[in-house]
Amino acid sequence: MTALTAIVGAAESDLGVTNASILTLQSQAITRALADAGLKISDVDGLATSGVSRFSATQVADYLGIQPSWCDSTFAGGSAYEMYVARASQAIAAGQASTIVISFASNQRSARSRSLGGVVESHTPEAQFESPYGPLYPLSYYAMAAQRYLHDYSLTRADLAQVAVLAREWALLNPKAYRHDAGPLTIDEVLAAPMISSPLTSADCCLVTDGGGAVVVTSLERARDLAKAPVQILGYGESTTNTSMSQVPLLPTGAAASGKAAFARAGLTPADVDVIALYDSFTITVLLSLEALGFCGPGEAAALVASDRVRPGGDLPLNTSGGGLAYCHPGQYGVLLLVEAVRQLRGEAGARQVPNPKVALAHGTGGILSTHATVLLGVDR
Amino acid sequence: MTDRVAPLSVHPIPDEITGPWWEATRESCLLLQRCVGCSHVQHYPRAMCTKCAGTDLEWIEAQGIGTIDSFTIVQRPPSPAFEVPYVIARVCLAEGPTMLTKIIDATDEELVCDATVSLDWEMLSDGHQLPIFRITNPQ
Ligand SMILES: [Zn+2]
Repeated sequence: MTALTAIVGAAESDLGVTNASILTLQSQAITRALADAGLKISDVDGLATSGVSRFSATQVADYLGIQPSWCDSTFAGGSAYEMYVARASQAIAAGQASTIVISFASNQRSARSRSLGGVVESHTPEAQFESPYGPLYPLSYYAMAAQRYLHDYSLTRADLAQVAVLAREWALLNPKAYRHDAGPLTIDEVLAAPMISSPLTSADCCLVTDGGGAVVVTSLERARDLAKAPVQILGYGESTTNTSMSQVPLLPTGAAASGKAAFARAGLTPADVDVIALYDSFTITVLLSLEALGFCGPGEAAALVASDRVRPGGDLPLNTSGGGLAYCHPGQYGVLLLVEAVRQLRGEAGARQVPNPKVALAHGTGGILSTHATVLLGVDR
Repeated sequence: MTDRVAPLSVHPIPDEITGPWWEATRESCLLLQRCVGCSHVQHYPRAMCTKCAGTDLEWIEAQGIGTIDSFTIVQRPPSPAFEVPYVIARVCLAEGPTMLTKIIDATDEELVCDATVSLDWEMLSDGHQLPIFRITNPQ
């Protein structure tokens, strides 16, 4: 099925330290995204969200006062929002809904709800066979992926640190970024940050902030009559690989299958992409995703990230918002990848705007490299 | 059997599949599941074979040797019950499966990916033991 669909609205909630509730932040993101699209709440007949409560989409629908004909609360961590774009496109093409809101918000910094051990339910195999050893969740799994990666390609912690340095560079151009006023970051500062789970220091880890975002999806045909130029959904793909820390090889990640499916569906290749938004939960995540998605070969991502190509002014701008490392990381950051990709394609990104991008890639990663979802977006052709 | 005691904040709760595995740890025996139908060896224990979906599975005892796929030194504990630093690792067992475990008594020089390791045990306060590994002395 070819679903000609588009994103027509995109917005952030308040970010950083908000002292607001999850549903207040959700409401901010959703009402701002609808205003951006020139649509009303009464136009919304589809809703996809998670991380609110046990019945997340139901909860938000109730709060908004709507009764959607389609909803989705697939719980897949930070990649869920890229997955929702796929499902929303399919639901619209199938005629089950016409205007779908995809949203997420968290107040994890204000609420101090994040813990290093994560959440492991006692009836799962991980609770019996992994938790007793005391791994940090998700950090220790990414740390082991990083250790193996550095070993396989004879790289060092400085190669990981480049990713954090790059994120800060972009954040300095984004007034909404948590680290906007923090000044440039150096490799030495990343290396000297407190070690949490080797080889990853606190500076290799994403921020813990409040925040959220929403995008509005509808048919491309209808999108052409709305307030702003449509951002077409060109392709999507996903892969679900593991939930425990021991059952699949660390490398390569499921981003390979996810990206391959998305590029095939869009009829595009990595060379067609003008701006990249990758989930940067940790510095290593970016290196692994760049390789798995085909932007460079195995072991080559560190050199790519150190190059001018991915920096402001380069031909392969990467994580232009400053990313989860330097802009905002409310827990399931995937929706904000979509918001940034839309802004870049519309030319609304201010000082960090990439010149005339035609195609953007947003790639979400959830859990412990558990779930992977890729979305390719483009200006209306 | 060692006198090492695990800093366990949450006890594993064995179920109808994993009960025999945990019982065997009392005798310092690391069990793995083998599929009767296709001979695939797997860990953690399940109600089915991940290769052929067969449900006829038997227990075999692991030799207790393997290699470090990767590792991480944890410097901030997930709960106050854990005393840092300690080494978490993925160990590839000689029989095929990879398990999450802990490496003890390793020097920085010894602790590398692909190092060979052998089985040891850490006592849990409920009488079960936790399989852990130490670097195999090259001599
Ligand atoms: Zn089998």
